[in-house]
Amino acid sequence: MLRVEDLPLLTGAGRFAADIHLDREAHMRVVRCQVPHGLVRGIDVSGAKAVPGVLAVWSAADIDLGPIEFRQAAFAELLPYRQPVLAGSRVRYVGEPVAIVVAEDAYAAEDAAEGVQLDVAALEPVIDPRAAPARFDEDHGTEALSFVNGYGDVAAAFAAACHVVELTVRVGRHTGVPLECRGALADYRRSTGTLDFYGAAKVPHYNRAALAAMLGMAPHLVVLREGHVGGGFGVRGELYPEDVLACWASRELGRPVKWIEDRQEHLVAANHSRDQVHHIRAAAAADGFVTAIDDEFWLDQGAYVRTHAATVPTLTAAMLPGPYQVPAYRVRAHVRLTNKTPAGTYRAPGRYEGTFARERVMDAVAAKVGAGPLELRRRNFITAGQMPFARPLTALGTELEYDSGDYALLVAKAEERFGLAALERDLAARRAAGEAVGMGSAFFVEKSGLGPYEGVRVGVDTAGHVEVITGAGSMGQGFDTMITQVCAHELGVPAAAIRVRHEATDEIDHALGAFASRLTVMAGSATLLAARALRDKAVQAAARMLEADPGDLEYAEGGVQVRGEPAARVAIGAIAAALRPDQAARWGLAPSLAADGWYTSDHMCYPYGLHVAVVRVDRGTGQVTAERLLVAYDIGRAVNPMMVEGQLVGGAAQGLGGALLEEFSYDADGQPQCTTFMDYLLPTRAEVPPVDVLITTDAPSPRNPLGVKGAGEGGTTAMGAAIAAAVDAAAGAPGGVLELPVRAEAVLALLRPAGQRSTSPSGGI
Amino acid sequence: MSIAPLNLLLNVNGEPVTVSVEPRKSLADTLREDCRLTGTHLGCEHGVCGACTVLLDGEPVRSCLMLAAQAQGHSVRTVEGLAAEDGTLHPLQQAFWENHGLQCGFCTPGFLMLAAGLLESAGPLTAEMIDDALSSNLCRCTGYENISKAVHAAAKVLRQ
Repeated sequence: MLRVEDLPLLTGAGRFAADIHLDREAHMRVVRCQVPHGLVRGIDVSGAKAVPGVLAVWSAADIDLGPIEFRQAAFAELLPYRQPVLAGSRVRYVGEPVAIVVAEDAYAAEDAAEGVQLDVAALEPVIDPRAAPARFDEDHGTEALSFVNGYGDVAAAFAAACHVVELTVRVGRHTGVPLECRGALADYRRSTGTLDFYGAAKVPHYNRAALAAMLGMAPHLVVLREGHVGGGFGVRGELYPEDVLACWASRELGRPVKWIEDRQEHLVAANHSRDQVHHIRAAAAADGFVTAIDDEFWLDQGAYVRTHAATVPTLTAAMLPGPYQVPAYRVRAHVRLTNKTPAGTYRAPGRYEGTFARERVMDAVAAKVGAGPLELRRRNFITAGQMPFARPLTALGTELEYDSGDYALLVAKAEERFGLAALERDLAARRAAGEAVGMGSAFFVEKSGLGPYEGVRVGVDTAGHVEVITGAGSMGQGFDTMITQVCAHELGVPAAAIRVRHEATDEIDHALGAFASRLTVMAGSATLLAARALRDKAVQAAARMLEADPGDLEYAEGGVQVRGEPAARVAIGAIAAALRPDQAARWGLAPSLAADGWYTSDHMCYPYGLHVAVVRVDRGTGQVTAERLLVAYDIGRAVNPMMVEGQLVGGAAQGLGGALLEEFSYDADGQPQCTTFMDYLLPTRAEVPPVDVLITTDAPSPRNPLGVKGAGEGGTTAMGAAIAAAVDAAAGAPGGVLELPVRAEAVLALLRPAGQRSTSPSGGI
Repeated sequence: MSIAPLNLLLNVNGEPVTVSVEPRKSLADTLREDCRLTGTHLGCEHGVCGACTVLLDGEPVRSCLMLAAQAQGHSVRTVEGLAAEDGTLHPLQQAFWENHGLQCGFCTPGFLMLAAGLLESAGPLTAEMIDDALSSNLCRCTGYENISKAVHAAAKVLRQ
């Protein structure tokens, strides 16, 4: 089925945050620090105030707002590292908000912002997350959090190991970079004491509560409104300083205040991600069965801990063992503060990094025992017979128990579908003819369907038109279509008779939102439950209308009929009309043909996949060209295979970006080097090769009524690892790639004779 | 330092439009704010992402890099001018829909106008030329595969 949300987007009728205009709206510009670290001696806003059209200029001394709280994975020891909405006595990264200017138009606000003078006594910036911890402030160090997790007897496994391999690998600093920058339009009305916030995304209900608390308002008086959203990828929709500032400014001025981020701001202000160094060791038996993994990693958190708190390190730690048995496991995490843009989640957070580390070490074990990469993985897979497979770890408050899967079967199917043996023979022939080409593969387990709840309300009007209201949002992934399909299937009505709404927080009391590949599992299941409850109610009402026993009736194709007598039938529109309040009261039913569905879950669902990359390396320049990407993925059950494939291909392109192109580099003084699309390179059509996708449904989830698992992140997770392995093969340097993105100079080093190579990753910068 | 506004007569989607804007105002901002045609999107404002692509006398241009004043005397076509008067979609819009050539839809107007300029031009067109042209805009959702499929499908319709 084609997507139901496309028509406005194709015709220029989308309503993205910047497209919304309110009467008397003023424009906010954020003044950002240009010094990576320092003590603020003073701030002079007089130059900005003198610019015509300026309404107000505020710095930290003028506002009374606390820091931004954690949304999940909140460890108490992280509290001192929360970000203030405006920097006070200390600035900690280039891009940090230090003041806001509000003016009659955006051009004037931008002019005026240049007139704000910040006087800073520079301090030495911390750039390398692995350097000895320094002082964050008087009472706290730059190692904000460290923890150890694991199970089994790791020391004994290493003592008994036949083979031990050890690697230090790094995944660079990159992030989601949606094409639409962030935006906020706050409308505080003094006459009603209400605040409307346009531009909400991802987690509007959580943000409503957080904004209300920060502003000292009742949650009901704050309404977050979601329009079209130009991509999320984990970054957009978290509560940022700018969101709070726009609301605060609107309340101060008593008029709407609009803030539209520009790209240069986005690249230094929105969450960065990844940037982990792993020191990973594996113990293996003679056949390559990995008996233990011992990993220590350092995460460059940047200057503050934002809403995600410890989400990324805890997911990294819990998901690193992936699809393998790994009888003993230990992980030590270090969350380190540096003077860079703060980091949060990005599509497959913690898994892209952990999968890279684990799959690199599996490749190293394979090389050591002389097994093919896929054969080595087969020897280590958790088997279908072991499902559900509980690993004694937790992730985001849930026990890590893989619900279903047959990993070896997926590899077998991918080998056949993609013709991997023939492909490898072809590449060998090309290598023999002098080309530097190679194939790499990597296997992964993803997680999806994070609970604990999501809900929808389904209602039918007198024309039989169906409306589904939910607080779970869309980032552009096709949410409305998915809900429409589930609803249409359950109610037996055409898709055109259904409208999905997720527009405002005051339409439904509870919602969590669009993250963690959770919506098809959670909101899809809630839709199924709501639709079934609605069918039950329709039968109850129809029994009165048809003067029949409910047991003699059945719901079918948008109506209720007497079993075996389809002519005796009432359509849902007529039932909705009959359920007016007075008549419903006489029947002992609640008014309206409507029903709520709440789906709750304490466990996640675990999809899995195989990524394969074929690359060509230029021996002269070290340039890596991806020729083909292959993605095999078991989704359990697919509501819309076209959209699942779209998610996987788009995710693969992002995985490729992180593997070959994208990195926020900083110079030794802490200045960001990538503040435009000229320096931060997103993949274009020229860099993304054809992506072949195999979607299988061999392992439906037993944990939700649809049997589905999430698709949002599985295109990305192992693509870095697969490309690294492919570059190894192309360069004839097994285990050579230890760092992403793969730089041309690193490839040139691999192409040199083995004795002349340096294999340690470059570290923090 | 206030500068007198310019009164401009623009031709947008075949209609004459009078606007009064600061001389420095970009064409993109003018289309979005003064003409209230918000289908033209801004993704970087320095000419790289192409979300703001419009047709100027049939040629794709970055409207973020042009001043509104420079558009006077030329015809400007935006995504709002792509479908027919009766709402019938342009073959490109139809092809993007049928080929799942969009997800969030933010880059879509720019890709549509880029491709419209290419497919409606008189010159020869090969598959390589299409993919080469598509590499001038950025999409973060689709991985480009379906955008490419859509444009090739529309090319068959428009150039048969």
